[in-house]
Amino acid sequence: MQQKTVFISMPETTRQVSPSREASSPVAVSLAGVSRHFDAVKAVDKVDLTVHEGEFFGMLGPSGSGKTTCLRLVAGFEQPTAGNIIIFGERVDGVPPYRRSVNTVFQDYALFPHMNVVDNVAYGLMIRGVGKKERRRQAEEMLELVRLSEFVHREPGQLSGGQRQRVALARALINRPKVLLLDEPLGALDLKLREQMQVELKSLQRELGITFVFVTHDQGEALSMSDRVAVFNEGRVVQVGSPVDIYERPETRFVADFVGSSNILEPAFCERIGAPSGLWSLRPEKIRLVPEGLTDEADTITVTGEVRHVQYQGATRRCVLAVKGAELALAVPAVGVEPVVGRMAHARWHLDDMHGMKHV
Amino acid sequence: MRFNRSGAPRRLKLAAIAGLLFLHLPLVLIFLYAFTTEEKSYQFPPPGYTLKWFSVAWERQDIWDAFMLSLKIACIATGAAIVLGTLAAAAVARTRFFGREALSLLIILPIALPGVVTGIALRSAFDIASIPFSFWTIVLGHATFCVVVVYNNAVARLRRTSPSLLEASLDLGANSFQTFRHVLLPNLATALLAGGMLAFALSFDEVIVTTFTAGQQETLPIWMLSELVRPRQRPVTNVVAVFVVIITFLPILMAYYFTRGSETIAGQGK
Repeated sequence: MQQKTVFISMPETTRQVSPSREASSPVAVSLAGVSRHFDAVKAVDKVDLTVHEGEFFGMLGPSGSGKTTCLRLVAGFEQPTAGNIIIFGERVDGVPPYRRSVNTVFQDYALFPHMNVVDNVAYGLMIRGVGKKERRRQAEEMLELVRLSEFVHREPGQLSGGQRQRVALARALINRPKVLLLDEPLGALDLKLREQMQVELKSLQRELGITFVFVTHDQGEALSMSDRVAVFNEGRVVQVGSPVDIYERPETRFVADFVGSSNILEPAFCERIGAPSGLWSLRPEKIRLVPEGLTDEADTITVTGEVRHVQYQGATRRCVLAVKGAELALAVPAVGVEPVVGRMAHARWHLDDMHGMKHV
Repeated sequence: MRFNRSGAPRRLKLAAIAGLLFLHLPLVLIFLYAFTTEEKSYQFPPPGYTLKWFSVAWERQDIWDAFMLSLKIACIATGAAIVLGTLAAAAVARTRFFGREALSLLIILPIALPGVVTGIALRSAFDIASIPFSFWTIVLGHATFCVVVVYNNAVARLRRTSPSLLEASLDLGANSFQTFRHVLLPNLATALLAGGMLAFALSFDEVIVTTFTAGQQETLPIWMLSELVRPRQRPVTNVVAVFVVIITFLPILMAYYFTRGSETIAGQGK
């Protein structure tokens, strides 16, 4: 093992705007120093966020991290105890939900049980006094958009979870909101349907060009659907960035851990294995197993350790290697060197795949 | 011991049948004596059968007066109960405040209290406040327990109604009043109707609280009570009893049908 003198740049801490969305695109929603405290509980604490127009924005975090409260603040169901929320240039302090140009898809869909599908969808238009014929026509049009035309006269109770969600979506979109808020939109669906709805939501958003803000605790969902993701923890936003930023370049231990499982290389461990000193995150799939005696490559670190566990997962194997007082998690492809529990194995990764984190 | 479906021991079956007969045979006798030709005493079996008591009852103005009074009181007490019970239920089910559980208990208390206690309490309260006993004191007395049934029905429905329904309505542009009118009320409607019918039935045949809160007014049940001591035209009382049973039983039956299977109405539609 030899020490490489490679300079690895720490990621800038202000990676707020993803390459795909220029900072110049108009701001849809902005939160400035927004807090929502329930007595001693700081559900949302000094959050700054900017969502751009036409963006598919994900709010990711464990339960109780404040992401749903944040969504409810934008919707107007909660009022901030401090800070400002601006929706398309308008400060919304004290503006009730029914006068905001945002609509919400609720986690439990919240379809009105005493109305059939088409009346549910037409509800917003009915409130605005649109005539019966016209609102039915628009509702049916909207139901066509979410591919539910044949269910117009059903009762919500007769629909499956996925169908109910489409109705909720149509009901929110018929009001032509400037921002659509989705609270755990796929949480109640089974895996297959979830994957299908991910694709559909994404294409619907592209088609309509409406800003979507959605809340999820599922990192896979957040990464695959969002243009940008805000990661929440304990009422605060800990990192905002593109899915690639969040996954490849986590800034804190929490993000590295929560968004996919990451190896966290402590400074003391780095010293022992001859890696540049610092606090680093390293994704399991970036580590390769190499045969013994393979010549060193430039800018790589190679370590040797005993294989502790191997878990077969189809396309990959998860395995844990005990290296110099720490454990390294690896995701090794089905081809190549096969890890055997109890034997020694050699693991190698590129220095570029180590990402520096803040010391928190 | 047998465990198949029809396998209740014979003695248990007999006991059950005896129990049911004990409960309902007197009721059958009331119906039977509405048709007897003997008007002074209850002979068994009745010496003969006639329908004439129905026409006699129809002609009697005092029965009509009592009937109309009972009807008015039941309607007004029920109306008041629906308004007050719904408001109380909304407060208890939708908000959290200090003493909420205690308040809930206090609302339900009148139905657990013996009617005599409620009656005496109200009577002395009216006395102290120098409120003369009248039609309205009877309505007030009845409202105390009518509120309870409406409240119970409404609170159960509200607890099963997802709070996000109301938020969804606000979110879709409806203000609080429109939300109440288009979402909350339709969801509560059957519960309120059921509660209202039960309240009506309770009020219509109430005797105890009425005796304490009435002045000179005679409601139908009170009229029946006073009629029992009179030896003449006894079957007329039975005829009235038959109608009271029908008038109170139908609303209760309807209330049962309104609330049956309402989980699918008020819940999230699962």
